[in-house]
Amino acid sequence: MADLTRLSARALADALASGETTSVAVTQAALDRIAAVDGAVHAFLYVNGVDALEAAASVDKDRAAGKNLPALAGVPIAVKDVLVTKGLPTTAGSRILEGWVPPYDATVTRRIRDVRMPILGKTNMDEFAMGSSTEHSGYGPTHNPWDLDRIPGGSGGGSAASLASWEAPLAIGSDTGGSIRQPAAVTGTVGVKPTYGGVSRYGVIALASSLDQLGPCARTVEDTALLHAVMAGHDPMDATSLDEPVPPVVEAARRGREDGLAGVKVGVITELGGEGFQAGVSQRFAEALDHLRSAGAEIVEVSCPSFAYALAAYYVILPSEASSNLAKYDAVRFGLRVDDGDTTIERVMAATRARGFGDEVKRRIILGTYALSAGYYDAYYGSAQKVRTLVQRDFAAAFAGADVLVSPTCPTTAFKLGEQVDDPLTMYLNDVATIPANLAGIPGMSLPAGLAPEDGLPVGFQILAPARGDDRLYRVGAALEAALDAARGGTLLASAPELATSSKVTAPSRGPVSK
Amino acid sequence: MATLDRSDVARLAALARIDMTDDDLDRLSRQLSAIVEAVAQVAQVAGDDVPATSHPIPMANVYRPDEVRPSLSQAEALSGAPVTEDGRFRVPQILGEEA
Repeated sequence: MADLTRLSARALADALASGETTSVAVTQAALDRIAAVDGAVHAFLYVNGVDALEAAASVDKDRAAGKNLPALAGVPIAVKDVLVTKGLPTTAGSRILEGWVPPYDATVTRRIRDVRMPILGKTNMDEFAMGSSTEHSGYGPTHNPWDLDRIPGGSGGGSAASLASWEAPLAIGSDTGGSIRQPAAVTGTVGVKPTYGGVSRYGVIALASSLDQLGPCARTVEDTALLHAVMAGHDPMDATSLDEPVPPVVEAARRGREDGLAGVKVGVITELGGEGFQAGVSQRFAEALDHLRSAGAEIVEVSCPSFAYALAAYYVILPSEASSNLAKYDAVRFGLRVDDGDTTIERVMAATRARGFGDEVKRRIILGTYALSAGYYDAYYGSAQKVRTLVQRDFAAAFAGADVLVSPTCPTTAFKLGEQVDDPLTMYLNDVATIPANLAGIPGMSLPAGLAPEDGLPVGFQILAPARGDDRLYRVGAALEAALDAARGGTLLASAPELATSSKVTAPSRGPVSK
Repeated sequence: MATLDRSDVARLAALARIDMTDDDLDRLSRQLSAIVEAVAQVAQVAGDDVPATSHPIPMANVYRPDEVRPSLSQAEALSGAPVTEDGRFRVPQILGEEA
């Protein structure tokens, strides 16, 4: 049998169903791979070896007994540390939650366990999902498997890197301004931010409540759809959860792959391209448009003029909501308490938050506190919410003339670790093409478009659809993926450089990966 | 209005309950001034005729039946607390000496 770590989730599910392999073998192969390469990649904050193998063994037992099992039963998964997991440490990348073991499961954690997917561990992220590089993690950065000196994207760099380094076939991410799509773009993987409300956020550590959305991450469009179908659907525990049927994402991926794109209108967003976009990014984007055209799609140009203000509106709305959400870290109910014999709770809180929060979190809390303070509210938060209306109107006008909209996912390929960490404004620009979807609540996908000729690094292609039209992403994404793979003679990820492996293979462990 | 000096940052940090060193105040006031300057343009875009959007997908109030159902036990609810006493969260003194 082929190297189990290289197989897609679909292929693993088929091999498990046919009895060709076992979940214990698949899960052990993933854990061995983590032991071999994660010292260099650092995708995981916590490895859940013992529990994952137990879950795998129980799936194998039930399968041997002839029980009916869900499609992805026994296929292991990596979970971003923003999801609360009962019994497994959960930090959201912050020192203020170091050592916290939640007493309950997020709804999506529950769903993953209910369909019997072994949880390999918790993946690294920028602290409270604030960042585009994982350099703002309280536990050190993740490294891009394509070039260990470069960023894996953020905030979900750990989830994306776990896929690209063949540690996990599937992963969960969260996307507030691009934290699923930008890491997918710079690691040559696939990621989807569903429609706002499409996936429950119960038990997801909140960043900005009007923007946050959980989504699936994988190596192929079909695998992403399979995970999407498991995660999505109404949850009475989340008041913003859509009480509607899940769009037919798996069927749409099959249709795109097999039937092409005849009759589909694809709108290219003028404002998200050209100046400020790296040459190799623009080149691969243009080639991808040619593939879509060959698959039968009609390409049109659309303009969204208010996108010029989307980044500014986002960096008012996000810090405002974050400053409110992060008030819960009060040194009383969970997490760190720094008590140097201080007299009052106010002093203990201020000392705890000073030590427990990193620089980027402090910046955004102060910015949000400012934007919401008396006398400034209308000028900042009120105005930003009006810009949000303009962005929604631009999308509505664009979707009147196109079924999906497309752009490069990011202006550049992966930059070097350390290059932007002291320049927050430059770092924020990485999300210029992904943020509008969050402001409008619409779904978006990033999938690999190829390598930029000038640096040999992955380029992401972004597809956006109207709210509730998540299936359109999968139809167009699967068609493009099929065309690119055919032209290339294989997947992009198969051409990633081999990582050096550490020879020490350890017994299944619980705990952080030793560095 | 679009700059933040050291004393502004110190006041906001006190409101947000985050202790700041002198170095923190220097660095953050410089970085935040640049950020505030960049985001201040939101005030110049939309006129009074544009309504605000607070939530991307319009929804009416969402209710559920007010029924008793299983929840965390007291021990589970307290399991993450830094300090507990007699089955409760132990909180440092709330008022200062002068109160």
